[in-house]
Amino acid sequence: MSGYKSLLLTLVIALMLTACVPAATPAPAAPPTQPPAVEKPAEQPPAKPAVQELKILWAEWDPADYLQQIGNLYEAETGIKVTVVQEPWGSFYDRAFTEFAAGGATFDMIVGDSQWLGQGATQGHYIELTDFLVGEGIADTVTEATLTYYGEYPTGSGRYWAFPTEGDAIGWAYRKDLFEDPAERAAFQQQYGYELSVPKTYKELMDIAKFFTRPDKGLYGVAIYTQKDYDAITMGYENTMFTYGARWQNPETNEVIGWVNSPKAIEALQVYKELYDCCQPPGMSNAFFNETNDAFISGQAVMAMNYFAFFPALASPAINPYAANTGFFANPAGPYGDRHAALGGQGLSIVSYISPERQEAAKDFIRWFAKEEIQAKWAELGGYTCNKNVLASDTFLKATPFNPAFAETMEMVMDFWNVPVYAQLLEVTQRELHRHVVAGEGTAEETLNRIAEEHDKILREAGFIKE
Amino acid sequence: MHNMGTVQRREVPFHPRRQLSDDALWRLFIFPTLALLIAMNIFPLFYSLYLSFTDYSAIARKPPVWVGLQNYRSILNDKQLWVYFATTGRYALFSVTLEMVIGFGLAMLLRERFKGSGVITTLILIPMMLSPVVVGLFWKLIYNPSFGIFNYLLGFSDPSKAPDWLANPKLALWAVVIVDVWMWSPFVMLLCLSGLNAIPEYLYEAAVIDRASPWFQFWRITLPQVAPLLLIAVLFRTIEAFKAFDLVMGLTGGGPGDATELIAVNLYRQAFLGQWRTGRSSALAYIILVIIIGVSNVYIRYLNKLRGEG
Repeated sequence: MSGYKSLLLTLVIALMLTACVPAATPAPAAPPTQPPAVEKPAEQPPAKPAVQELKILWAEWDPADYLQQIGNLYEAETGIKVTVVQEPWGSFYDRAFTEFAAGGATFDMIVGDSQWLGQGATQGHYIELTDFLVGEGIADTVTEATLTYYGEYPTGSGRYWAFPTEGDAIGWAYRKDLFEDPAERAAFQQQYGYELSVPKTYKELMDIAKFFTRPDKGLYGVAIYTQKDYDAITMGYENTMFTYGARWQNPETNEVIGWVNSPKAIEALQVYKELYDCCQPPGMSNAFFNETNDAFISGQAVMAMNYFAFFPALASPAINPYAANTGFFANPAGPYGDRHAALGGQGLSIVSYISPERQEAAKDFIRWFAKEEIQAKWAELGGYTCNKNVLASDTFLKATPFNPAFAETMEMVMDFWNVPVYAQLLEVTQRELHRHVVAGEGTAEETLNRIAEEHDKILREAGFIKE
Repeated sequence: MHNMGTVQRREVPFHPRRQLSDDALWRLFIFPTLALLIAMNIFPLFYSLYLSFTDYSAIARKPPVWVGLQNYRSILNDKQLWVYFATTGRYALFSVTLEMVIGFGLAMLLRERFKGSGVITTLILIPMMLSPVVVGLFWKLIYNPSFGIFNYLLGFSDPSKAPDWLANPKLALWAVVIVDVWMWSPFVMLLCLSGLNAIPEYLYEAAVIDRASPWFQFWRITLPQVAPLLLIAVLFRTIEAFKAFDLVMGLTGGGPGDATELIAVNLYRQAFLGQWRTGRSSALAYIILVIIIGVSNVYIRYLNKLRGEG
């Protein structure tokens, strides 16, 4: 084909294709009065936020994934990217505080443990949020107990350093199939003279634990915390201790002698040890959340103590063969009218080493995150909200089998010391409780006397108890 | 030719190899190594020595405060720490002694070549190749009174009557010792095997000609020949026993109570885990170091004496 013919053919095909293309909508004619385009001021694109990314440090677990999803919603709404950096639990504290020691601004916010508040506040790692949380009414949206234990330092001062983010506390799981079995109910009624049901008091808890303990069948009444490493046995004992009306300190003076080793505390420790001696499955002398869940899942324990954050595993049929028959209850009451539970969970704090501009951006995120609809979304994803209204809503209470017990528990939580020397206090407590409960050394009174003496010494040296 | 020679002479100054003298090479290799050594070993060593005389927490954002010997006084007067030292001493004594006996016994058995001895030697070496944390968790399950195999092998068929090794303060240290012996006897065996294989055969031949009894041969030939290697094994294992940490943390966490709280475990507790008592824990680390150097010196003197006699 000659060059001329080929050019002609190309033109014809091009014309045919053009004819097949639907006609474009004609552009509206410019109004006659419109000034020439060159004179129109150029339309400004929406201003980019000064801070384009916020980084939050948290431990590596499911709630951190949920927070990342919340962060993605924030990005979609504001254009500010939120990244949740997850650190394994074992190195979480070290990572956070070595970063603080260096005055690092790698992270804008941190979801820190409630016990870190003293260090965060007194050592200048967190910015104070009192005016922000109280002034804007955010403090009123969360339960009082969570605001106190996740946000306030010193306790009772009305000064806040964190927004209660992930509520958590210790509760109980139980085997509904065994509790509802007619033969078991009849036998229990005959033996104890009252109906077998979810325990309402520690006496009932003890009775039920003993009733179901049948070593010959590999069945035991409870699985409770005994681990020595960090804070497990202390948290487990606290459940009983607070509920028996005992406290770690005089709230006015911080005095510990006569408080840590009060008669009620001694009674509570005797009960905790009795639970361990009578009804804990063998081999659980160093048990924390994994071990208590495992004892329940393997069918060894009829009731298991654990943080609510670890109950999704027990509600999952893929993990727990008894999931369909697993019920949950809040810590029962003590004999003197008290009812409390040991606190877990964390609050969201703003790191003081970031620029004022980033601090404001972090506050904007907390302001948005604290909104009720976002808290509902947080709860829907699996996060444990501390928002009063969401906790009380039907949607939340029906979302999981353990949410009603969780909502009940979050109204009665109490915590260990959160002063900067908390780790020293904890080390003594862990060692002595483990020595008595697991190793069986000494009496409850001797154990608590030793703890009280050592706590007194540590607190006096640190200036928390005045002469 | 002349031109080519000129070209070659011009290229010579650009050849780097010709410029590297022995001194330059020495500097090139030694200085970076020295710098790294100083930065990573020498400086931390002296800085931690300095910190041991201060009140300092690495996370407190406050400079170290000189307190002289206060940390050392406080540690040496702390009765609780002496309990941990005593536990560590017992642990070292029990585990090292058993490792020597078992390791040496295994080496004597495997010294004789038989069918499958190579495979058996390799299998015996497996435990020392595992991570101590994994071994700790693994043995935690083995010791479990409900489903662990250990009690079953001891003849306890009823879990409710079987001992809970990790919960009983009288048994817990032994439980850790057993695992350490299981893990490290192969190391002693390996050292002893190399010593046994190096004994000249003519010594035994001469002993047989002299009608020496097997016991005499063992006592007068085998043991003295292997003793230097055995002592090296004792030295290594004692040092390791004083540093034992990961196995205990995986197995008992220092419990029950403080029955297995070895000094290295407690050092970790004071240095990290929320306490971050950097000054005090540095002082404790130096005290442990001095003890290890002291014990090692005794061994080394004895070793030198043995060699002198040899």
